[in-house]
Amino acid sequence: MDSLTIIAVVSIITAGITIGFGAIGPAFAEGRAVANALTALAQQPDASATITRTLFVGLAMIESTAIYCFVVTMILLFSNPFWNYFITQSGN
Amino acid sequence: MQLSPDEIIYWQMGFIKINATIVFTWGVMLMFFISAKVLERALTRNNKRTRLQNALETIVLAIEQQISAVGLIHPRQYLGFLGTLFLFVALANLLTIFPGYEPPTGSLSTTLSLALCVFVAVPYYGIKQRGLKDYLASYTKPSFIMLPFNIIGEISRTFALAVRLFGNIMSGTMIIGIMLLIAPFVFPVVMTALGLLTGMVQAYIFFILASVYIAAATSANKTQSQLHKNTPVIKPSEEN
Repeated sequence: MDSLTIIAVVSIITAGITIGFGAIGPAFAEGRAVANALTALAQQPDASATITRTLFVGLAMIESTAIYCFVVTMILLFSNPFWNYFITQSGN
Repeated sequence: MQLSPDEIIYWQMGFIKINATIVFTWGVMLMFFISAKVLERALTRNNKRTRLQNALETIVLAIEQQISAVGLIHPRQYLGFLGTLFLFVALANLLTIFPGYEPPTGSLSTTLSLALCVFVAVPYYGIKQRGLKDYLASYTKPSFIMLPFNIIGEISRTFALAVRLFGNIMSGTMIIGIMLLIAPFVFPVVMTALGLLTGMVQAYIFFILASVYIAAATSANKTQSQLHKNTPVIKPSEEN
């Protein structure tokens, strides 16, 4: 295999692994956060505005770890710097 | 498939490029400018307020209330910076309902520059509120060993702020693009609606995180007496 094929294969496999494993942690974390927020809402319905606001901020911060993995995946798939480097090398 | 609106180039001369990010940012800025001019004409001081003034006051007061909920004592002095951040990101994300519009927040250069503004504003407000020496001393706060970690944290949270906004908006656009290939009839509409919600939540989060960072820089480890010295509001306990 030449270097371009190796880079393509490794990039695609790594992209799949990255988004797969990157989704596991945030999924568990968001589940726990929502479950605890629901418990808190059931116990103190008066504080619902504060709880909901904090929940949304927290969820977005948890979700951003998954988003980081997604960004890495997208970079690997659509604008891979190593791929682009070897494409320009072979062009010369 | 393009990753960001940076790759759509309208005009190029040498190394100067006018890409879609710049054009749509200018568009959002123009909308702000025109609406500010229109609202300025609608402002009155007498009791008979116009509808536009009521709308503007609702927005300003809501932002002010959110800033003071974070713990900043005088929200009015941060309103210009933080309110602009929120309104810009929110409008840039909301305009995705118009076809052909590419959100400028879906480009890493826009979000990184917004995050750099926060990166500069945090020490600015910190030094303005607490003085240079007191602010710099806050980097060594729990103990002197924490100094490099505090500095690394300052830089990494700037990047996290930028990549969070970029990733959320970019993924929304990307998912709609993929949906158009798989199920082009109803699902893209649903995902667009979800994208609007995500856009508003992300605008709020960008704004609230910037407020939290500024609040941490201006009032961290402040003793109760210093707080009272800076606040003009007299507590009932102090009156007697």
